[in-house]
Amino acid sequence: MSSHTYDYLDGNAAAGELSKIFAMDVTAAKGQCAHCGATKRFAEAHLYMLGPGVVARCAVCEHVLLRLVNVRQRVFLDVRGMTYLSLDAAQLEASSDLDA
Amino acid sequence: MWRVGTVVALHDETATARTITLKVSDWTGHLAGQHVDVRLTASDGYSAVRSYSIASAPNSETRIELTVERLRDGEVSPYLTQELAVGDRLELRGPIGGWFVWRTQQTEPIQLVAGGSGIVPLMAMIRSRVSACSAASFRLLYSVREPGAVLYRDELEALSDHDHSVSVTYAYTRVAPKDWPRPPGRIDAALIANTTWPSNLAPTCYVCGPTSFVETATGLLSASGNSSDKIRTERFGPTGDRQ
Ligand SMILES: Cc1cc2nc3c(=O)[nH]c(=O)nc-3n(C[C@H](O)[C@H](O)[C@H](O)COP(=O)(O)OP(=O)(O)OC[C@H]3O[C@@H](n4cnc5c(N)ncnc54)[C@H](O)[C@@H]3O)c2cc1C
Ligand SMILES: [Zn+2]
Repeated sequence: MSSHTYDYLDGNAAAGELSKIFAMDVTAAKGQCAHCGATKRFAEAHLYMLGPGVVARCAVCEHVLLRLVNVRQRVFLDVRGMTYLSLDAAQLEASSDLDA
Repeated sequence: MWRVGTVVALHDETATARTITLKVSDWTGHLAGQHVDVRLTASDGYSAVRSYSIASAPNSETRIELTVERLRDGEVSPYLTQELAVGDRLELRGPIGGWFVWRTQQTEPIQLVAGGSGIVPLMAMIRSRVSACSAASFRLLYSVREPGAVLYRDELEALSDHDHSVSVTYAYTRVAPKDWPRPPGRIDAALIANTTWPSNLAPTCYVCGPTSFVETATGLLSASGNSSDKIRTERFGPTGDRQ
């Protein structure tokens, strides 16, 4: 990985990978950064694609929010960097209606 | 989680971009702005996954359209734009994403800002506005290398000039048409000030394209008074260097 400033994508780009784990869409969910306390949509996180997985970093302080790594038949999920992730149940129902 | 789509039509939009129509028999609908992940697997088991925005408006059909811009040295896009044939099957995951979407219930002014192939999910929003007969006011600022690289040109022209569904401003980065008022160049503060919704109307802004383009456009929109929670972004990756 180079450290080029423009290497990252939006949290949205990880949604496919995260759909392996979460039944609900996480991109519209709000997550709080455990480091700086900023609360933002997961879609707003800076996303770095790695060979074996993805790393999402806080858009404000760049600390790691979430890491997902695929190792052979296992998926490792590290969410230490987030105090919480809050999902809008109503919106989720609405969007799953449309998706249903 | 992976579904199979069968290619039912191919259409060249420009010399380097192709629209792929897929029939996905278990497709359950999508929202404008969402994407799918496409997985290609070689006979030796090696696989590559790439994301592609859905270009078609949400509808009740089990077909979706993707538009792929070819990167000369890319791994996946040359295959999708040159080798894929009608009847071929692709593995898909999605629809994906619930944030970079425009829903037909939204009534506020909408500012779309596209760089190159970043027009794709924004086109789905424009098409969705049309098919839902929404009255939301749409503006599109479309930054593109040269006239020949404009995607959906005829459709955009019809929608802006005759139908007034969206007002479109083109900004050319390399080559502009003859007599074009603005010399070729990257988008700047003056262009944002003159062609996008005034920030006091509190438009929702959707910015999509190569990462460096999104970075620039978002900075300009913020500087002109749009609050960051009204700006939604979709970065396509480091393709800005050649845009
Ligand atoms: C959410 C999302 C939606 C997307 N939607 C679309 C879409 O609708 N249409 C579309 O065409 N693409 C879209 N993309 C981009 C797409 O996913 C691929 O990244 C793109 O097609 C390139 O893939 P590739 O395998 O051909 O190139 P790769 O093999 O991935 O690229 C090869 C190498 O070149 C580098 N590189 C790539 N492009 C350039 C460049 N222009 N100049 C210099 N270096 C470069 C890469 O970093 C990489 O190292 C989307 C991306 C995301 C994240
Ligand atoms: Zn932070």
